[in-house]
Amino acid sequence: MKLTTTLMASTALVVAAGSAFADDHAKMADSMTVVSWGGAYQKSQQNAYTIPYAEKHDGLEVIWDESSAEAVAKLRAMDEAGSVTWDVVDVVAADALRLCDEGLAIEIDPEKDLAAAPDGTSAEEDFGELLVGDCFIPQIVYSTTFGYRTDMVPEGADAPSQICDVFDLEKYPGKRALEKRPINNVEWALLCDGVAKEDVYDVLATEEGQQQALDKLATIKDEVIWWSAGADTPQLLADGEVFMGSTYNGRLFAAIEEQKQPIGMMWDAQVFDLDGWIIPANLPEDRLKRAMDFVKFATDTQRLADQAKYISYGPARASSAPLVGQHAELGIDMAPHMPTDPNNAANTFLYNYEFWADYRDDIDAKFQAWLAQ
Amino acid sequence: MADTTQSGPMLAADGSPLKRSLSRTLRRQKLRALLLIAPLLIFVLVTFIIPIVSMLFRSVENQIVSHTLPQTVEALQEWDPNSGEPPDEAVYQALFFDMFKAAEAKRHTQVGNRLNYEQPGLSSMFRGTGRSLDDMGEEFEDALVDIDPSFKTSEFWFELLSGEGADSFLKDRRAKLAAMAGESMRGDIGFAPSAKALELLPATTEAYTDFAIWTAIVEEDVVAEERPWEAVYAGLGVDLRSAEVVQQIASYDGPGAAALKAAVANIDQLPQESFRDMFAESDEDWLDTEGWRTMALYSPDYTTGYFLNSVDLQKTIEGVEARPETQQIYIKLFIRTLYMSLIITGACILLGYPVAWILANLPLRTANVLMILVLLPFWTSLLVRTSAWKVLLQQQGVINEILVWLGFVDDANRLIIMNNATGTIIAMTHILLPFMILPLYSVMKTIPPTYLRAAKSLGATNWTAFWRVYFPQSVPGIGAGSILVFILSIGYYITPEIVGGTDGVFISNRIAYHISSSLNWGLAAALGTILLLVVLALYWCYDRIVGIDNVKLGG
Repeated sequence: MKLTTTLMASTALVVAAGSAFADDHAKMADSMTVVSWGGAYQKSQQNAYTIPYAEKHDGLEVIWDESSAEAVAKLRAMDEAGSVTWDVVDVVAADALRLCDEGLAIEIDPEKDLAAAPDGTSAEEDFGELLVGDCFIPQIVYSTTFGYRTDMVPEGADAPSQICDVFDLEKYPGKRALEKRPINNVEWALLCDGVAKEDVYDVLATEEGQQQALDKLATIKDEVIWWSAGADTPQLLADGEVFMGSTYNGRLFAAIEEQKQPIGMMWDAQVFDLDGWIIPANLPEDRLKRAMDFVKFATDTQRLADQAKYISYGPARASSAPLVGQHAELGIDMAPHMPTDPNNAANTFLYNYEFWADYRDDIDAKFQAWLAQ
Repeated sequence: MADTTQSGPMLAADGSPLKRSLSRTLRRQKLRALLLIAPLLIFVLVTFIIPIVSMLFRSVENQIVSHTLPQTVEALQEWDPNSGEPPDEAVYQALFFDMFKAAEAKRHTQVGNRLNYEQPGLSSMFRGTGRSLDDMGEEFEDALVDIDPSFKTSEFWFELLSGEGADSFLKDRRAKLAAMAGESMRGDIGFAPSAKALELLPATTEAYTDFAIWTAIVEEDVVAEERPWEAVYAGLGVDLRSAEVVQQIASYDGPGAAALKAAVANIDQLPQESFRDMFAESDEDWLDTEGWRTMALYSPDYTTGYFLNSVDLQKTIEGVEARPETQQIYIKLFIRTLYMSLIITGACILLGYPVAWILANLPLRTANVLMILVLLPFWTSLLVRTSAWKVLLQQQGVINEILVWLGFVDDANRLIIMNNATGTIIAMTHILLPFMILPLYSVMKTIPPTYLRAAKSLGATNWTAFWRVYFPQSVPGIGAGSILVFILSIGYYITPEIVGGTDGVFISNRIAYHISSSLNWGLAAALGTILLLVVLALYWCYDRIVGIDNVKLGG
């Protein structure tokens, strides 16, 4: 009898305490599911964002899900099933645009939802034109560019330094690794087929232009190994399977500086793309508040600069650039390895989101048919 | 004796007719059996059948266009797609009001994406124009507010259009909005449209009613206190363009009469621009007939378009026609998938048969050890096995290195056995081999070795004994293994993706692309349905030729 009473009393106490606690924290959820790409990139986010954030917020549980590659399809499936289990999702800008279009991500007001720069510059101005679409919160600038084996450069020739060297089989024989999709490849092909940079997308919007790009790619088709995962090219380069190949600059940085492979960067005509956060639509109030709070923290000037200590991707804020320091483990200056560094960015391309949102499926169908020929 | 004989039905112990009593017991037993399997049945139904059926249903479903743009689709019926002229003003006007609501619900971009699968360019056209809809409406709003400031207040509109007698109209608007937004629009909205207003100002009342439903149910605000959408102002602008309405306003004396009369008096201050021009200003492609033809073609609730696309055909106004050669890919992939699956199945038979034979004829202890070797790959992740093949097969890989070292292959001409069909066949044969060996083994285990000995003692050669006596008895194992391997390989996509390069990929790779990358689930569903039908057809053929009773998985 006594035991039961004690038990009941203590249970009541615990419940009361629990609800009191819940009242205090009703505003924000105690756990948060963050979706990212895995690997070194996710690790850099953990170091720069979630670990400092969790230190400030006691008892917060951060769950990671490495599903960014299928984020759009999964979010759509979750939305249809009526239960979204993700709170913050890391996606490339093109996917953010799609999610926004589909009503699967919430719209962001940079002025209100994002932190201003330390000198008072508004977030909108600080991010500038990197605020693509209404739902996307930019985080990093990365680029797709070429790396080549320094020990496979033909004797007597200079190291390849121009994008068109990729298409020059006479001067630079050997296999190339290109991504198994039209994006970036067709732009490079047109650039090297005499189309001016500013006309590339106008040309690509026409049937003839698309054919022209494929015809140019056909000149090297037999020498191409097509990759579909970002890790493929560094591996192919390390194995000596290819002489040059396109991939994300951070992957090449890791192969060159961390694994000390004999690989050189080409940088010419690198295509800038953005990666950042979106917050799924239809989250419960407490989780939404947590997600907004986290994103505001994780995209402030210092945090974005911190991420560059762990991976060679450029922070998306202008105000973060001067704060970029040295690599956390290697101790080398990170600035010269950033795609946005003036020496690397002499000739660049910005991924055209509107164009590819329109033409992705159409050109991809043609590209795949061309591949299968 | 005579009175014990009965001519009626036989009775059970409790006196009821035996037949009924028996059938009742049987029924009870059947019910109990059904109850026992009910968990599995429900599980299979919920997790397997329903998702598959709903996914397959997407291959014909196309309601998004008519639900999101109902009035546009209706107005478009009048348009002759072959006229070479863009549709007339009524269509653009309907499009403005449809799209305004769709933009509030963020559905316009979804329609844009849907139509973009059929014609590139429509996605950005819908997205871009969605942003300028507010501006279009604001022109009307600014002009009206300039004429009479009372147009600015929320009470003005609420009083002008509130009333009664238009319940069926309200119900209809609710249904249309619910279909468009994909959520229920039931509940009290604190507003009822007046039949009189509806008669006098049809476009205004309609826009305001939509606004009221949306504000009350989705935004959860009080209708009477909210400023109406720009579309409501545009609605009034549209109504005032009709001479009849202008005439009726002269004799109107209900709420807001003064402001309406002022608007009529200053009618030349209202925007005179047609909606067609406004849309053209936002994106000149709205005048392009191609986009409208696509919309007309894909406005019905159900479409054969996805199925036609998945067999390299396309829907056009003139009828079904072949896709341009540069875009034909699916038929090729279907044939390649079937053809390569057949090769893989054949390779599995060739490699698996001797292994199964050895396993079946070795002493149990040795056979068990070898069996572990067969099963070992099963315990390794598929991805790991495929990646291991990558290491083996690439040009600087293990196999090429050994061949070069042995002098069989020249260093400059290393074999290309990966990133092509060969790579897919090699890796998939290895991965699927256990599915062939296991059924073969279990069937061979049951063939008594005495039969072979008997055949030989009767004078048969080794070959005859094998071919006439042993082999026919092992055919059910081959059948079972072949079905397993063939059907599994048809659906593979990870292995072909990794080692298949360009000419070693299957149709499943395209299905995966449309599911996860292009989000064209309708096309993915159509491709999946066709694949399913092909498998069922092959299964049927197999049953007719070999007989499914001849398939044995064991004993």
